Amino acid sequence: MSREDVLAVLSDNARYSTEDIARQLDMEPEAVESTIEELEEAGVIKGYKAVIDRSKLDEEPVRAAVELNVTLDRETSYDDISSRLAQFPMVESLHLVSGDFDFMMQVEGDSMREVSQFISNKVAPVPEITQTVTHYVMDAYKEQGITFGDGHDDDRLSISP
Amino acid sequence: MKPADRVQRVPPSGIRRFFELAEEMDDIISLGVGEPDFAAPWAARDAAITSLEQGKTSYTANRGRRDLREAIATDVKKRYDLSYDPDDEIVVTAGASEGIDLAFRALVNPGDTVAVAQPCYVSYVPGVIFADGDVCSVPTRKEDEFKLTPEVLAEHGADDAEMLVMCYPNNPTGATMTEDELQAVADFAIEHDLTVLSDEIYSELSYEHDHTSIATLPGMRERTVVFNGFSKAYAMTGLRLGYVLAPAEVSAAINRIHQYTMLSAPTTAQFAALEALESCDGEVVEMREEYNRRRNLVLSRFEEMGIDCFRAKGAFYAFPECPWDDAEAFAEALLEETGVAVVPGDAFGEGGEGHLRVSYATGFDELETALDRIESFIE
Repeated sequence: MSREDVLAVLSDNARYSTEDIARQLDMEPEAVESTIEELEEAGVIKGYKAVIDRSKLDEEPVRAAVELNVTLDRETSYDDISSRLAQFPMVESLHLVSGDFDFMMQVEGDSMREVSQFISNKVAPVPEITQTVTHYVMDAYKEQGITFGDGHDDDRLSISP
Repeated sequence: MKPADRVQRVPPSGIRRFFELAEEMDDIISLGVGEPDFAAPWAARDAAITSLEQGKTSYTANRGRRDLREAIATDVKKRYDLSYDPDDEIVVTAGASEGIDLAFRALVNPGDTVAVAQPCYVSYVPGVIFADGDVCSVPTRKEDEFKLTPEVLAEHGADDAEMLVMCYPNNPTGATMTEDELQAVADFAIEHDLTVLSDEIYSELSYEHDHTSIATLPGMRERTVVFNGFSKAYAMTGLRLGYVLAPAEVSAAINRIHQYTMLSAPTTAQFAALEALESCDGEVVEMREEYNRRRNLVLSRFEEMGIDCFRAKGAFYAFPECPWDDAEAFAEALLEETGVAVVPGDAFGEGGEGHLRVSYATGFDELETALDRIESFIE
């Protein structure tokens, strides 16, 4: 149970200190530390990253969602294609999905030109890939459960019964 | 023109002065708020908006929409094993507060005595006075973790009262009562023929054991009126929606006053409430888990600071002993020097003296900052 509890707190905010997590879950800090280590070693926790509203940056990167269609043959599996694509640093995420296409790939680059060249030079030529459809991201509203925008002020009465 | 005597018999609110102090200051962190910091679940808000778009802006039946009453009956059966007939045992009210006022007016004859378990929500004592009843204060004790016991009831003369008002999980103490502890109170009520008004508005915020309604204990249904609502579990305080569960005869009396004073509870809120019952269980669980984590944080930090605080198991309040003898002076100095607002316990009646109500219905970062400030203040 403590594994799920620790994960729930970290999913809410991965920057809580060990002591803070321990207080929230009524656990010993050492137990929290060892639970996190176990989760990391077991590969349940893959990493810790900030959720960034890129529109607030001085230089906003260009992002695209790319639909990929592939044809498999006896020698090639989804895993083969995905491991080839996932190794490119510009690929932010890659999922095998159901529906009209096979892979949904998120790509991030410095410019539209860079992203376009990546798709045409590196992705489209892969022999098993039969079609790519690139959707450039125009605006972001919510990522990883966090809604962008200014949020709303606490307008409750400062003291109430 | 002069206000009636019964209004003048009600003492001024102990919270009011504090509210005015806090309102004068900028950038305070308030741990003095008696309502959730979450917004109502989006599905419930969306249902309210849709009902407005569809022009559902008329009155409803006095008792509330039939589909909502059915959903309430199903929900309280599932959660607490309470059985009430949606046709003649449930009245939907403008907040549980309206229900409590209606019950006093429906049940209290002039000169009747109403025992009030204290410290408690601020409206019970005035409600009794508005109904021309007499109040018998029953202060619960820290050594009992602010639970109500037959001993304190007897000690303060509640055996001579006609009625008893209680609220568990409790505002302001965060105390809860288990089935066995409630059974002892039920035995006392039956022995001394007391009607019990049980405010269970915090029933979904019980962190260490399931909530039991006193109305489910043997022999209690026919002498109990239960109040609950959507404000706390679904973070819908401003939508003003609660309900009263009572045997048919009493429910009819409550509904008679309700129909002449309120006519029906807010229609838009009824649509939100129906949706809340149908699809928002997940949010209730999430909010409860979040409150529980904050509760653990507050209790551990108080322990580390050497502040004496019993382990509150419900609602969203901790009720620590005040480090100073004068809780009001402490709360005022804390507010002025650190910008952190807490409420002195005596604002909630007898038994609250020397304590502070600390609400953890506040975002995590603010809660941490407030606790840091309290820590440096008491050093």
